Amino acid sequence: MELTGAEIVVRCLQEEGVEYVFGYPGGAVLYLYDELFKQDKVKHILVRHEQAAVHAADGYARAQDRKPGVALVTSGPGVTNAVTGIATAHMDSIPLVIITGQVPTPAIGQDAFQECDTVGITRPCVKHNFLVKDVKDLAVTIKKAFYIASTGRPGPVVVDVPKDVSIAKTEFHYPETVSMRSYNPVTKGHAGQIKKAAQLILEAKRPMIYTGGGVILSNASALLTELVRMLGFPCTNTLMGLGAYPATDPLFLGMLGMHGTYEANMAMQHCDVLLAVGARFDDRVIGNPKHFYNEERKIIHIDIDPSSISKRVKVDVPIVGNVPDVLEELLKLLKASKEKPDQQALKTWWTQIELWRSRDCLKYDRAAAVIKPQYVLEKMYEITKGDAFVTSDVGQHQMWAAQFYKFDKPRRWINSGGLGTMGFGLPAAMGARLANPKATVACVTGEASIQMCIQELSTCKQYHLPIKIVNLNNRYLGMVRQWQEFFHGNRYAESYMDALPDFVKLAESYGHVGMRIEKPADVEGALKEAFALKDRLVFMDFITDQTENVFPMIPGGKGLSEMILV
Amino acid sequence: MRHIISLLLENEAGALSRVSGLFSARGYNIESLSVAPTEDATLSRMTVVTTGSDDVIEQITKQLNKLIDVVKVVDLNEGEHIERELMLVKVRASGKDREEMKRMADIFRGRIIDVTDKTYTIELTGTGEKLDAFLQGLERSSILETVRTGASGIGRGERILRV
Repeated sequence: MELTGAEIVVRCLQEEGVEYVFGYPGGAVLYLYDELFKQDKVKHILVRHEQAAVHAADGYARAQDRKPGVALVTSGPGVTNAVTGIATAHMDSIPLVIITGQVPTPAIGQDAFQECDTVGITRPCVKHNFLVKDVKDLAVTIKKAFYIASTGRPGPVVVDVPKDVSIAKTEFHYPETVSMRSYNPVTKGHAGQIKKAAQLILEAKRPMIYTGGGVILSNASALLTELVRMLGFPCTNTLMGLGAYPATDPLFLGMLGMHGTYEANMAMQHCDVLLAVGARFDDRVIGNPKHFYNEERKIIHIDIDPSSISKRVKVDVPIVGNVPDVLEELLKLLKASKEKPDQQALKTWWTQIELWRSRDCLKYDRAAAVIKPQYVLEKMYEITKGDAFVTSDVGQHQMWAAQFYKFDKPRRWINSGGLGTMGFGLPAAMGARLANPKATVACVTGEASIQMCIQELSTCKQYHLPIKIVNLNNRYLGMVRQWQEFFHGNRYAESYMDALPDFVKLAESYGHVGMRIEKPADVEGALKEAFALKDRLVFMDFITDQTENVFPMIPGGKGLSEMILV
Repeated sequence: MRHIISLLLENEAGALSRVSGLFSARGYNIESLSVAPTEDATLSRMTVVTTGSDDVIEQITKQLNKLIDVVKVVDLNEGEHIERELMLVKVRASGKDREEMKRMADIFRGRIIDVTDKTYTIELTGTGEKLDAFLQGLERSSILETVRTGASGIGRGERILRV
């Protein structure tokens, strides 16, 4: 039987087992929406802005390990609005399929109403994109899109569907599998390289294990945990990698990087063998690479993307492969080996690390008369028993959440690490909640970030998404303010948030619960009350210390051991 | 250092812009780029001439390999190779210059492929240096127009780039 392009798109989504499509209708996707309307397998979540559609699909993809997120937007402004979401997912390697409407093929290039060059605009911020010009190619293209998005180093894939293609008819056949001569991601690592890695690990005197988002994306947390515990080596996670190793475990040194812990950064700098797993040595993680070279160390780097290896930092043992596959092989070798790492050296190394740890780099003034943001997050951690899905926006609150909420499980911490997209938190929380319908989902944000996608409070109402918004309101673009204080002579150019809305009333006008908390003594009670309201979205507006800064801090261009400490 | 990178890529709309976009997005140099379909119409062969340190060239080849439309990438500089470029030059050829132009074309083994009473159009192939040398050998004012294809490269001997 022949189906229309629109029917084919919906059938493909059903075949892929898509639960939710996050989207917003418009002229070019009317036929697609018509088909969505006629069925109930794939549920559509109507957002209030296309950026949020992609962030929500992104949050959905990050918060579970089964399938990519899917978004559907119309042509022209629908696409341009979605671009921030797509770029966010691309930087963090999140598997998404974004279906975009396009003007009819004869109108392409005619400056038609709501036309834009979707493939051109999104090209630098997708893993791949397609313009489907013939309905006969539609099903196989969507199959390829899902395949590309979720294999290798994952990422967003855009499928641009012109309106006439959504009307045209063809026989529907959804391929079971797809193979592409130009795309064959590796899985197994090179056996010889893994052997070399094992040897280096066994010879290490001051080892360090540093892992990133790749461990979470490839669902390798259990293997990583086994490896770290077997070796008794110190472990740190990047901002993207938090939760890959249990944060409450004594072998965990906390997050590293620009706002990482003193002990994690010092151990990174001074280790003699570094095992990097699914991480990419980015500028926010190791600071200045020249400074990083000041100390000699051997580096083993496991990553699925060859271009991530030796990009910023030269490594000694590169291993290209899927993290779980490589870790499994590595574990096998280490278990079979008669040699063990030098326990005496390891003990000395741990003594040094404990000395660094005793510096207590995350301390803050607990007796302050104003609410300290760190305190709110500590209490939130206690009250949610460390078991919430926590999304965040971007800025100081993001760093404090990363520092103070101890993630013991992967996929619980959801933030825009690469692109640093303000406005990510709330829509991502919607996706996370839909992926985990019973879970507690909190969005840690600030009064500036939350206003970048505040309209999604309406979506949350429509779909009964009882997210707990923890707004750390310091009336400043806090991180901008901090940099202006440190590096721009206290000239706070445009970083003050004036004319703020009454967030309590705002939340109420959307049909949610609003709370304003101004005193430290009220923090715990408010959090308990809010998180107990299981069925309601609660907007907690915490009026926090205006001048609190995030410490430790590595200033831009400095090295790992050049932290500013409190 | 100058490198010639050869690629086989899917002969699909937009594949070229993925490659050129990659170079501009990551700040890599392109000295020249030439592309055309191969004997297999589903594949295009591209030659990119670029410059960069060893680290940069390594990144370029890795990033090119990452593009979904790219089937194969080879840095021709890793072995013996041949490169050729085609140039068409329109020159002033009147009066006493006319004979001189003919002679220059002969010396460089060029061919005159179009003639008017005032101009010659000369076809010349060779390495980039040879084409440069030819142009330098001419009086600047006698050059009316030049067009060059950019280099095409191929490995020497048994070295073969194919799917």
